[in-house]
Amino acid sequence: MSTAPALAETAAAPAPRRHIRLLLPILLFGLLALAPLAVSLGMPAGWLALLTRAMIFAIAALSLDLILGVGGLVSFGHAAFLGIGAYVTGIMITEGRAEALLILPVVLGICALFAAVTGAICLRTRGVTFIMITLAFGQMVYFLAQALSAYGGDDGLTLYEKSTVAGLDLFSTRTGFFYCVLAALAGCYVLVRILVASRFGRILRAARENPVRVSVTGFDVTRIRLIAYVISGMVAGIAGFFLANHTDFVSPAFMSWQRSGELIFMTVLGGVGSLHGAIIGAIAYLIAEDALSHLTEHWRVIFGPMIVLFVLFTRGGIVGMIRKLGGGGGA
Amino acid sequence: MSEPVLILEAVRKSFGALKVTDDVSLSVAPGELHALIGPNGAGKTTLVHQISGMLKPDSGAIRFRGEDISALTPEKRARRGLARTFQITSTIASLSVLENVALGVQARAAHPLSLFRNAARDAALNRPALAALEAVGLADRAEVPAGRLSHGEKRALELAMALALEPTAILLDEPLAGVGREEGERLIELLSSLKGRYAMLLVEHDMAAVFALADKVSVLVYGRVIASGEPAAVRADAAVREAYLGEEG
Repeated sequence: MSTAPALAETAAAPAPRRHIRLLLPILLFGLLALAPLAVSLGMPAGWLALLTRAMIFAIAALSLDLILGVGGLVSFGHAAFLGIGAYVTGIMITEGRAEALLILPVVLGICALFAAVTGAICLRTRGVTFIMITLAFGQMVYFLAQALSAYGGDDGLTLYEKSTVAGLDLFSTRTGFFYCVLAALAGCYVLVRILVASRFGRILRAARENPVRVSVTGFDVTRIRLIAYVISGMVAGIAGFFLANHTDFVSPAFMSWQRSGELIFMTVLGGVGSLHGAIIGAIAYLIAEDALSHLTEHWRVIFGPMIVLFVLFTRGGIVGMIRKLGGGGGA
Repeated sequence: MSEPVLILEAVRKSFGALKVTDDVSLSVAPGELHALIGPNGAGKTTLVHQISGMLKPDSGAIRFRGEDISALTPEKRARRGLARTFQITSTIASLSVLENVALGVQARAAHPLSLFRNAARDAALNRPALAALEAVGLADRAEVPAGRLSHGEKRALELAMALALEPTAILLDEPLAGVGREEGERLIELLSSLKGRYAMLLVEHDMAAVFALADKVSVLVYGRVIASGEPAAVRADAAVREAYLGEEG
């Protein structure tokens, strides 16, 4: 009795699933692209700034999902890359080098270098040790930023200028900056999705489930994870670049361990491993945070348990919930 | 005869006071099927782990195609043409059957880790993978997630994953473990069809299968090889009968 329906199910499953997988991201980016229109039709202008901030964190959460969701590596120091990106941007703007085409290569280079060095050490460990050592490296950068007295030290660094893009002043208007961030987010999303579907991505996914099998098949698991770690760090650095330009301010708080924890929360909230889940999670997190903080001063007391309950009772996060509703249960 | 593909020389391994591998020397010639039998806890799987690189021997040498591979990582041994299967099925449950086999094809491809080309639609991976699946009779299950296969199908998939590496030698750790009679017969037939093409070291409990397939049999008891030779000679060996075969009546 059980084999015939099971066979029918496997034959039928891929088509609708593939549609949902494409439908959700298209819907997501479509809605985001229309947001400035909603503001011109009467939504409060603060919404656009909030959404911009959410999309910046979405880039960081997306990059974390590559190693956490796809690679199975729980990094508790991911905010370090956000901070490095923001600080490099802040320092270069302060030194009169505000051009994005100049800043971004430096951000990517430094993040890649930091990821390669720390990743080579972190990836020698597994499980809780990996979590702790990534946390330690994150804190190291945090204290380094605090010690940067030439650039504000503990107080942070205020920026009096925004980056230009190829000489164009795209970041000076809210809408212009919004679309630049949206374009960056879409670009990063497509890039990471292509990576996940590639030969490299397949091995990364396989190693999450069964590293022993992957190594006896002839792959160096640590090396593959290191590549993922470096790419992930670089993408998070891009988020840092936009964050500095968004807040016109950088401070050590950008890379505190709490920030790393928030990034993990965002990713888990949206649903790990799906990539657009991380984006949805980041947006939901920041909107919920904003709404609750308007409600009461002690919003964290509500927000904390809310997130815990949500994660406990929805397996697969928001994307898992949507999939369940769309697929009517499934296997 | 030709030079053996795989040679173990005085391999020793202890876990604390327990000698799990005690001065084991054996060799497998090209195309030969060498069966390793012995009671539970004799150290058969531990030995396979040492040959595949998942465990390091305390002393002794493991030579593969003339090279000492004792210090190499499992992935380097695999890339030199040494494949293995697992006693407890070890596949990637969420990947499709075809993708599981394609991992091995990918390992020996020109660009095993290319970053941008879509792997699922890559004919250079899928065609050889499908051929390996056809060889084990799983071609019609190619698109199913590996986790949904029946136990016997998973055993066949293990074999296909090893074959996809186009290995010189295959270490088979109880390929018949837990399969029913009918599926077992199919797997034995499959193994015998591979005979002569690969050097194989077969760890197996099923004596009927061992004596049907093996060119050579070694008996491992408490980490020591107590007998080694032609199947008929080993079967007649008094020490073997006492230590092992006798149990079966």
